[in-house]
Amino acid sequence: MISFEMPEKLQQTVTLMTMVAENMMRPVARYYDDHEHEIPWDYINFMHDANKQMGGGGFVPSDKPKKGNGGEPKKEGPRLAYQRLAFSAEVLSWGDTGLYLCSPVGLLGAAAVAATGTPEQKQRFLTRFGGDKPVLDAMALTEPHAGSAMPAMVRTTAVRDDDWWILNGEKIFVTAGHKALIDTPGFIVVWATIDPSAGRAGVRPFVVESGTPGCTVTKLEHKLGIRASDTASVVLQDCRIPFTNILGSPEVEKKTTEGFKGAMATFDASRPMVAASALGVARATLETLKEFLAQKGIQVRYGLPRSRLTSIERELIDMEVLLRSTWLLVLKSVWMMDEKKPNNLEASMGKVRAGDVVVKMTQRAVEMLGPAGYSREHLLEKWFRDAKINDLYEGTGQINRLIVARRILDYGRDELS
Amino acid sequence: MYGFEPNEEQGMLVEAVRRFALNDLRAAAHDADEGGELPPALIQKGWDLGILQASIPEAYGGMGEHSAVTGALAAEELGYGDIAAGMAVMAPATFAIPVLLAGTEDQKAAHLPPIVEGAWKPYASAFVEPDFDFYAGDMRTAAAPNAQGYVINGVKAMVPFADRAQGLVVYAALDGKPQAFLVSPGTEGVKIGEREKLLGLGALPLFRVQFDSVHVPAEARLGGADGHDPAPVIAASQIAVAALAVGLSRGAFDYAVAYAKDREVFGTPIAQKQSIAFSLAEMAIEIEAVRLLVWEAAWMLDAGNDASKAAYLALTGASDMAMMVTDRAVQILGGHGYIREHPVERWMRNGRGVSTFTGLAMV
Repeated sequence: MISFEMPEKLQQTVTLMTMVAENMMRPVARYYDDHEHEIPWDYINFMHDANKQMGGGGFVPSDKPKKGNGGEPKKEGPRLAYQRLAFSAEVLSWGDTGLYLCSPVGLLGAAAVAATGTPEQKQRFLTRFGGDKPVLDAMALTEPHAGSAMPAMVRTTAVRDDDWWILNGEKIFVTAGHKALIDTPGFIVVWATIDPSAGRAGVRPFVVESGTPGCTVTKLEHKLGIRASDTASVVLQDCRIPFTNILGSPEVEKKTTEGFKGAMATFDASRPMVAASALGVARATLETLKEFLAQKGIQVRYGLPRSRLTSIERELIDMEVLLRSTWLLVLKSVWMMDEKKPNNLEASMGKVRAGDVVVKMTQRAVEMLGPAGYSREHLLEKWFRDAKINDLYEGTGQINRLIVARRILDYGRDELS
Repeated sequence: MYGFEPNEEQGMLVEAVRRFALNDLRAAAHDADEGGELPPALIQKGWDLGILQASIPEAYGGMGEHSAVTGALAAEELGYGDIAAGMAVMAPATFAIPVLLAGTEDQKAAHLPPIVEGAWKPYASAFVEPDFDFYAGDMRTAAAPNAQGYVINGVKAMVPFADRAQGLVVYAALDGKPQAFLVSPGTEGVKIGEREKLLGLGALPLFRVQFDSVHVPAEARLGGADGHDPAPVIAASQIAVAALAVGLSRGAFDYAVAYAKDREVFGTPIAQKQSIAFSLAEMAIEIEAVRLLVWEAAWMLDAGNDASKAAYLALTGASDMAMMVTDRAVQILGGHGYIREHPVERWMRNGRGVSTFTGLAMV
C-alpha cells in the first residue's frame, strides 16, 4: 500500500518533542554555542526525567512486545520504533543539533547494542538509560590514521585473555565521548580487531564502560559547529573489559565477513537518524527565512511558473522541494527498518541527500539575509556551521555515494572503490 | 500509517504497463519521433491495458474507481517507455478525468461512456498557451457569459490530436479563474492551426488552436452553471506530468547504467570510475526522492486533501530531476549520447518540456 498518512502516535511524538525543542533547546542554543564544552545539565536532566517518566526506554528501539493491562501482549499495531526515532531526531535538531547530541536516551552506541547485542547484553547496557542518573553513550570508530576507510582499516586491537579482552589503540572524533565516559556512568562502543591478519573479518564492536581502567579521554576538539556536543579523543591502554562485552561472534570466520557485515548493519539504522537530524536544521532554516521575509511583507506565491516568480520565491520553493522530497526518502528508509526490509541503499541515499540539502540551504539562507544572516544575533549563521557536520559524520557524502553507487551498479568493493 | 509499496492490484497493473513500455513503446519510439507518427495499433495496444478504464466507475462505462496514485504508477511506466506515446495513449484521460472529477451527473453520463467503452478515440484538452509566462491562474484565453452560454476567445498551444479530436476540454479564464469547457472541435470559430514543430514529443501530433468567438452552450461548462474548483484538475495534471517525468528519468538512468558498465576506458568500465559512478548515484537519489514527492501529492489528491501545493512542488522537482538526469545520461554516453541512434538525446529533449507539459496528461 502507498500511504502518506501520519500515524497519530508519531504526531504525538512530534508534538511532545516540539515542546522540548521550543522550551529547553532554542532558548539556550546560542549560550552553549558560545560556551563550548560547558555541559548542558538542565537539558540533560530534563530529558532524563522525561525519559524515566515514559518508561525509560529512551531512543533505543526494542523488539519486546509491549504488555497490556492484563499482562497479555498488546494487539499488534504497525511497528513505528525507527520512524519515531527519525521524527524525534528531526524535531530535536530543529531545536538544536548540538543539544540533541547530548540527549541521555541512547544514541549511536546504544543503537549498536540494540542492533547486534544479545538479550543479556541489552539488559546490562541498555537498562541504565532508565536508571537514577542520566547516562550518555557514544560510538568510537574513527582512528587518527583513517576515517572513511573504517572499520576495515582498524588498528585498535582486542586480545583475548581468559574471561577478558585487552584493548589497545586510539580513537578520535568520538561524539559525546567525554559525557559517556567521564560525566555520566555510560559506555562507548569501540571498534577493534580480534585478528589483524583477518582484515575486515576480524573487526568487532566492543562495549567499554565508564570508569574502566586504561580508557582515558585525552582531548576535546574545538569545532566549527555543534559545540554543545563534545568530540573526544579516547586512548585505550591495556584496557581490560569482560569477555561478554563483545558485540557479535568472538570467532573469526575466515571465509566470510558475515560477522563484519552484521556489525555494519548498525549504520543502516544510524544513517537515517543523521539524515533526519540534518533535515531538522534544514526545516528550521526554511521556517526562519519565511518568518523573516513575512515581516518584510514578502510571501511565497506557490503555483506560478518560474518566469513569474521573484528570485527569492524561486529559491524558497526549490528549498521546499528539496526538503520535502528528502524527508520522504529518509522516512522510507526508517519505515523499511520497521518493516524489517533491507534498507542499506535507502539509508545511504537519504544520508547523501540530507547532507547536501542542509548544507546548501543554510549557506543560501545566510547569503539571502545578508548582514542579518551573517550576524550572530540570529541562529542562521549557527545553523550554517552546525549543518556541515551532517555531510561528514556517519560516513561523508562521498563514502555514502560510494555505497549507493555499488548498490545501483551491483559492484563489490573490488570493482568500485 | 505510512506505506511505500504498491498494493497487489497496482503491482499487476505496473507490471503489465512496464512490459508494454519496454517491448512496444521503446521499440517504436525512435521511428515515431523521427517520422512524427505513432502506429495506431501501438496506441490501441496501450489503450487496451485499461489504465483509464480502471479509474472510471462502472456506472459510466468503466470498471473501477479513480485513484491518482494508481494513475501515477501507470504514468511512470508509460514514461519509462516513451513519454510522447504515453501521452497519446492517455490523451482521452485529459478529457475524461476532469469530467469525472468536476463534471455534473449529466456531463459524466453523457461523455464518459463513449470515451471509455470500446476502442481508443481522440479526445484531448487545450490547456497550454503560447506565451512565455503562461500561468493557469492567469489565462489569456477567456470565456465571457452571454444569453445562451459562453463565448470563448484566445489561442491554445500544444493541443494533442486537435485535427481529429472528437472532443476537447478547453480551459479559459472566467471571472479571473480558470474554468473548463467541453467543446466539440467542429464548433464554429475553432480554428485548428498547423501542426507544431517542437524540441521534443516528435511522435505526438500537437496543434496550435485558435478560438475565435466560439459560442458554447451553458451545459458545456464543466460542473454546470456554478462551474467547478479547478485546483484538483490542475493538480491531477501536474501529478501526471511529474509521474511521466519520473518514468522518463528512470529510463535514462537505467540506460546510462547499462552503458557505463559496458563501455571501457583505460581498460576498465567507466562505471568503475568514481566520476561516473557518483554521477549515477546522484541521479538515482534524485529520482527516488522526487518519485516519493509525486506519490505523496497523488495520495493527497486521493485522500481529498488540498493537493495543489504538493502537486506544484512535485512538478517543480520533477522538472529539475528530468533535466538533471537526462543531461547526465547524455554526458555519460559522451559523444554517443549526442547521436540519435541512442535514445538519451530524445529523453533530454523531452525532459526539458516537463515544466511546460501541464495539461497534456491527467491521472
